[in-house]
Amino acid sequence: MKVLVFNPQLCDGCRICEETCSQTWFKETNAEKSAIRISPLEDQPGRYQATVCNQCGECIDICPTLALTRDRHGIVRVNKKRCTGCLSCVGFCPILAMYIPPDYVVPFKCVACGECVKACPTGALAIEDLPKAPLTETEKRMKVVAL
Amino acid sequence: MKATDKKQVVLEILAEYRYTPPKVERGYANQTLYVNVSDNTIAAKPVDEKMKHTFVGGRGFGLWLLWNAVRGTTKWNDPDNEVILSSGPIGGTTVYPGSGKSIAVSLSPLTGTVMDSNVGGHFGPLLKFSGWDAIEVQGKADREVIVFVDGNKGVVQIIAAPELADDSYALPEQLLDLFAETDEERIGISSVSTGPGAQHTLMGCLNVSFYDPRRKFVRLKQAGRGGIGTVFRHKKIKALVVKYIGVKGDSNGPASWAELTEVGKRMHREIYEQDPIMNDMRGNGTPYLVSIMNEFDLLPVHNFRYGSHPEASNLYHTEFRKHYSLGIPDGCWYGCTLACSKCVERFQLRTGPYKGQWVHVDGPEYETIAGVGSNCGIFDPYAVLEINFYCDTYGIDTISFGTAMAFCMECYETGILNKERTNGLELRFGNAEAMLEALHQMGRGEGFGTVVGQGVRRMKQFFAEKYGADPAFLQDIGMECKGLEYSEYVSKESVAQQGGYGLANKGPQHDEAWLIFMDAVTKQIPTFEDKAEALHYFPMFRTWFSLNGLCKLPWNDVEPADNKRKYPPRIAARVPEHVHNYIELFTAVTGREDIKEPEDLVLMSERVYNFQRIFNLKMGFGTREHDAIPYRSMGPVTIEEYESRAERYDQQLREIGFDPEAKSTKEKLAALRRHREQRYESLIDAVYKRRGWNSQGIPTLETVKRLGIDYPDVVALLKEHLQ
Ligand code: SF4
Ligand code: SF4
Repeated sequence: MKVLVFNPQLCDGCRICEETCSQTWFKETNAEKSAIRISPLEDQPGRYQATVCNQCGECIDICPTLALTRDRHGIVRVNKKRCTGCLSCVGFCPILAMYIPPDYVVPFKCVACGECVKACPTGALAIEDLPKAPLTETEKRMKVVAL
Repeated sequence: MKATDKKQVVLEILAEYRYTPPKVERGYANQTLYVNVSDNTIAAKPVDEKMKHTFVGGRGFGLWLLWNAVRGTTKWNDPDNEVILSSGPIGGTTVYPGSGKSIAVSLSPLTGTVMDSNVGGHFGPLLKFSGWDAIEVQGKADREVIVFVDGNKGVVQIIAAPELADDSYALPEQLLDLFAETDEERIGISSVSTGPGAQHTLMGCLNVSFYDPRRKFVRLKQAGRGGIGTVFRHKKIKALVVKYIGVKGDSNGPASWAELTEVGKRMHREIYEQDPIMNDMRGNGTPYLVSIMNEFDLLPVHNFRYGSHPEASNLYHTEFRKHYSLGIPDGCWYGCTLACSKCVERFQLRTGPYKGQWVHVDGPEYETIAGVGSNCGIFDPYAVLEINFYCDTYGIDTISFGTAMAFCMECYETGILNKERTNGLELRFGNAEAMLEALHQMGRGEGFGTVVGQGVRRMKQFFAEKYGADPAFLQDIGMECKGLEYSEYVSKESVAQQGGYGLANKGPQHDEAWLIFMDAVTKQIPTFEDKAEALHYFPMFRTWFSLNGLCKLPWNDVEPADNKRKYPPRIAARVPEHVHNYIELFTAVTGREDIKEPEDLVLMSERVYNFQRIFNLKMGFGTREHDAIPYRSMGPVTIEEYESRAERYDQQLREIGFDPEAKSTKEKLAALRRHREQRYESLIDAVYKRRGWNSQGIPTLETVKRLGIDYPDVVALLKEHLQ
């Protein structure tokens, strides 16, 4: 499955990825609307961490409306039509990588589109093909795929 | 019948009303739907600012609409009586856990006065998004009818019910087949229905449905209390059906989506972190309570005689959890991450019309396990599941059923009943077969089951008149107050809880107050004034949930990690941060700026709470004598009950200066009883005073004036009674 991975050794905290992501998906420069969030590591000055979806799929079992499914690349996607904006997935994401902008009723997340990878000046980001995550209970039951 | 062949069914439309669905603004559609099934009238009634301010929504709207529909002489089976369902302004919010409740209101066949019962499922929210803050059904149809609301098209219809199942297991599925045009639409339909047991007893419940997209079948939640299902069937309503496709995060029209998402996200995260290390509601649901109640001697056993039993562990959540399917917690409305709804998906029935079939069973909830399980001496989880299935399927309230059966079982064991009188049912504690047979009789409308179905109050009278049983003894052991059967907690050791039950407006249900721990275990409210304060604050605060379409569970079945460290116990019990969440939530939805402190929430409830008390008065109840409770809920009635906890009771006698040495159990029993009965009266005095009622339990004119519910008819009624 395709996953955006972050290399902390290379990141210099320029946040161009955040700008790129929000531009790509929301046509505005707004870190609140980026699916990747860069923050400084408190205990290691000059070092950064990234919060971004690792496509673990736990949210698939949380969603009451089956709005979260994996596409054929293993990427978890939000189906806007099915989503009731309950934000269960936002609260229950183990790494808090599902977001809701204040002016939008459907949450969003990283879909490993790779735009930020291209934009990152230090090469700290990459799209990797990782082994498939185990099937969630929903997937076992429904055999659902993204529409 | 599949969705695909439903077009072959031609529906006979008896009346149709077209409307333009208004956009829901700040939690309100600003109109209610009136349907009369006698003359097939359908009409919209406006909701004005005063109605919103005074009654808020949910139970408040139900009470106000019903107040205006009935007279003091109206009986539950008069066509004038109504069945009302309303959700409330927060109801239908998807981001905050527990925001999907509907509240049913009607005149109860069991109590003769006004009843409210809250229920999950999707009906209330979908009804609101269809443009209606409440539905009010009056009249009595001359044939079976379905009331159908299509919130996308803007149509309300009264339809002659076609040939459909008469039970609540099959019927809701058939209704989906009938009203969903595609399989995708099934998720947007919710029905209210009940079964044949509701028709043949006075304890009928309403089953409110929601579609489970993973399991691909309909699930049910019950408005159980007080026989509203019986009223429903009496009106010949087969079902209420609402269809609304397209629920979104902002369907409820919140004043501030940004504020709403903040409080919602925070609460979801708290549940994510705290629930697994607290009650694990997501994993266990309410059955987690069974072990706790058993350990603290609060689990009703053998008609509330005892509070624990060596075999109770057979009914612990661990026994039920094994049977839950899928391993994915379900909420009964979107966004409820506390997700206490459980489903046993493959269960083979041993008795009744579905005998031998594999069915799915929702639940069971704690109340059901305690009511039809331990209280009837049944410690077999399979029997509990089977009874649960048939109660829901027949449309019978599991609480009233459990408490009424337990009463019969005690009557049987004490010789008041025998095999002859029960038509062959050997109603000993623990006899699940006999209990199931009584339940099937309710479904069929025959045999002793229909006597049980009249409820404890009527059985007491009947057994005294017909079998010469001692009315005083029946009064002591018959666990009802105001005509409603007790819910399932032993209140003997907590006088505050006795008041919580006895003073509850609708009858003894724990949703007004659950004070046992703070009163009897942690001893936080020692004086009568303390108890009265608790019996002011908690019932008012909890009433607030039912005005807004909220569930109580996310309030205190999960707590912030530092709740108990941060606040002294008495304050921690209120879960201040969650109270604050509710203020934020209410403000974010309604945009009202005047609700800032917990006291403001309490004041909102106080209006409705007092109005309900006065409604009881209008119906010929609502005074002190109606707050009297059976002695079984206060203390040991029998010698063996006393002796089973002799050490505890002896000690208490010593504390009040009565030396138990060399006294017979009978003498000790009498001394304890005098003390406890007097204590209850003192409690009542303190609570009435705190609530602004006179010594007869009637709200004073100053109280109704302060609350702004001094409507001319309210004042006239009070004047008549206050003289
Ligand atoms: S916000 Fe949407 S995607 Fe997330 S859990 Fe709720 S319905 Fe599913
Ligand atoms: S891969 Fe695409 S969606 Fe993910 S963070 Fe980068 S730009 Fe955003």
